[in-house]
Amino acid sequence: MRSTSYGTVVIAAERCKGCELCIPACPIDILVMSKDFNEAGFHYPVLEPGCTGCTACQQVCPDYVFEVYKYDQPVKHELQAEGAA
Amino acid sequence: MALRFMEGSEAIAEAAVLAGCKFYSAYPMAPSTGLLEQMSRKIPESGGVCINAETEMGGVNMALGAAATGFRAASGSTGQGVSLMQEAIGEAAMNETPLVIFNMARSQQDYFQATRGAGWGGGRPISVAPKDVAEAVELTQLIFHLTDKYRCAGILVGDNLLARTQVSVDLKPLDLPPLPPKDWAIDGSMNGTGKSRVLFSFGFGKHLTPGPGPTQHNINLAEKFALIERTEMRWEEEFTDDAEAVVVAFGTGGKFVEHVVREMREEGHKVGYFRPITLWPFAGDALNKATRRAKLVLVFEINSGQMIDDVRLHVDDHRSKVRAIGGVSFDESGLNLGPLMDAPVIRERIEQAMKTLQA
Amino acid sequence: MNVRVPINVIQTAKPPQQASKKVASFKPDLLQTEDHHLCPGCGEPVAVRLILETLQEMNLVKENICVLGHGCYGTFMSTMDIDCTLCLHGRAPANSTGIKRMRPEKLVWTLQGDGDMVSEGLAEILHAAARGEDITCFMLNNGVFGDTGGQMTAASVVGQRTKTSIEGRNPDYHGYPVPLANLLSTMQGVGYVARGSVHNAASIAQTKKMVHRAFERQLQKRGLGLVEILTMCPTGWFVPTNTGPEYMLESLGKTYPLGELKDEGGGN
Repeated sequence: MRSTSYGTVVIAAERCKGCELCIPACPIDILVMSKDFNEAGFHYPVLEPGCTGCTACQQVCPDYVFEVYKYDQPVKHELQAEGAA
Repeated sequence: MALRFMEGSEAIAEAAVLAGCKFYSAYPMAPSTGLLEQMSRKIPESGGVCINAETEMGGVNMALGAAATGFRAASGSTGQGVSLMQEAIGEAAMNETPLVIFNMARSQQDYFQATRGAGWGGGRPISVAPKDVAEAVELTQLIFHLTDKYRCAGILVGDNLLARTQVSVDLKPLDLPPLPPKDWAIDGSMNGTGKSRVLFSFGFGKHLTPGPGPTQHNINLAEKFALIERTEMRWEEEFTDDAEAVVVAFGTGGKFVEHVVREMREEGHKVGYFRPITLWPFAGDALNKATRRAKLVLVFEINSGQMIDDVRLHVDDHRSKVRAIGGVSFDESGLNLGPLMDAPVIRERIEQAMKTLQA
Repeated sequence: MNVRVPINVIQTAKPPQQASKKVASFKPDLLQTEDHHLCPGCGEPVAVRLILETLQEMNLVKENICVLGHGCYGTFMSTMDIDCTLCLHGRAPANSTGIKRMRPEKLVWTLQGDGDMVSEGLAEILHAAARGEDITCFMLNNGVFGDTGGQMTAASVVGQRTKTSIEGRNPDYHGYPVPLANLLSTMQGVGYVARGSVHNAASIAQTKKMVHRAFERQLQKRGLGLVEILTMCPTGWFVPTNTGPEYMLESLGKTYPLGELKDEGGGN
């Protein structure tokens, strides 16, 4: 579990069509499809800590769902422990 | 008046240059080949581009592209070759791109093609049929003007006599009113402004500048073509005031009929003629007026009956009056107008028909 | 596939509060809206994004004119902020010949599919290539006529199931695909031929370089440029969207290897 993010994304969840191409695209595996649905009825990606702002997700997305930022300073997160989900 | 001696193909090419045509792309086919050859020299000489295209479809689509950028562009062929271009001619009407097509036909069998819509969709090409080379020089300039004015397709319907007859012509520019600038033309200059342009036959427009959409676009087009139909017909008539028989003919046929009718008039026969210059829009009301007093309306065309449909559509009492006196006629090669296009033959047919009046 | 339920979730509904720099936008500037009706998992919007970004980066915004063919990608005629025309099916290389000859100072490019270019428009692309027209033609190749529901094209690969070859393309009955990029690369009037893909971030980055190089070659007047871009079409391929890239590599990818096939370029 990464606790420092170097970048982040804005995800236009309502535009997502649930194709899931972003999931394997993320080189550090921190995108996960949501449990719930957007208005159109699709699962959409959700972001975990650790983003590096590499833009891989933005590049592969057919629906232009991602906007990518790089932090001026790394951001440390207070993480909740992973347990039984 | 400066006369130059040349064949019709050359005169038409010169007229296209006079009209400011900057692009011609076509495929050889007798008897339109001469026009392509002439264009291949004259258009580049005047700063334009002429491409000997790979097919008729390639040629006409190149012309559509050139026209989309705002330059005057044309393609050309003969009968069957023009039929290969129907999709593009229809597209020009539907996406409102001015496009001129020269049909140097083998006969007069392309009247339907020139007037019954453009292969698909709701448009019609403006079609003009010159009777001789001098008129072809004028009508070439006119068709470029009209297609620009209305942003539609136009066809100049010629034939092998027009293409190959050598005459003295006065290559005089036609005096035509100025036209507004082509702000619809695509040249990249509006890219990134939110006001960029799109040419497409469905009328969608762009996200930020929506078009009327398919239905309204077609309604708009129908209104435009209705306007053309009301206002742009052209014709020529003589001796129709007291004619017992009015002979109707188009293109070169019209010139032969004019000659025969004048000859017969001089001998006292009560004949007249009516020659549509625009095949579409067809001068139906004028034809009806011109034939009101006549007992016979004789349609002379070198085909098995095409313009006669339009004649019947507009002449009151057509069932009793309208007769076909033309017919199919080719030379042995099948590529050129045949022996029916001949003054004594035409005269004979008019006389035969008029004999029935005495009966 | 990531199927866990995340405990620690970063808010992604709004831009970050912390000081940061935007490094990638939702859409290229030359697109008027992000919205489109193309299928989930479609590769075409990715390819279009690459082209529009490249035009911007090369300062060719007002210098370019586009001719689109008929296919799903045709919808971009209404959302690209570019002067364009959607011409008759297959005729874009002819149409753009007329445009380029009248506007030689502009960068003229076509956006076509494999159905449009290799089936309907084979004569037009071959002859434009032979004439050496200085245009750049993009073939978005998914091996199907997507817009009409997924029928076989002249580029569909052997064994590929389509609506009109439902048992799989059989050479004895359906023949073989036309290797258009290979044909073009043998022709003198052709300056640049490359085949890219948008199935993952690495191939996307490579493909963008091809787009850039193709436009450079047009500016250098090296003749016709073809950039074929393999795009996923999970709908036309009858596969789940997230297996599109894998299916592409197994099917189209085997017949159409990626890379540059010809480059008459560099220098001036």
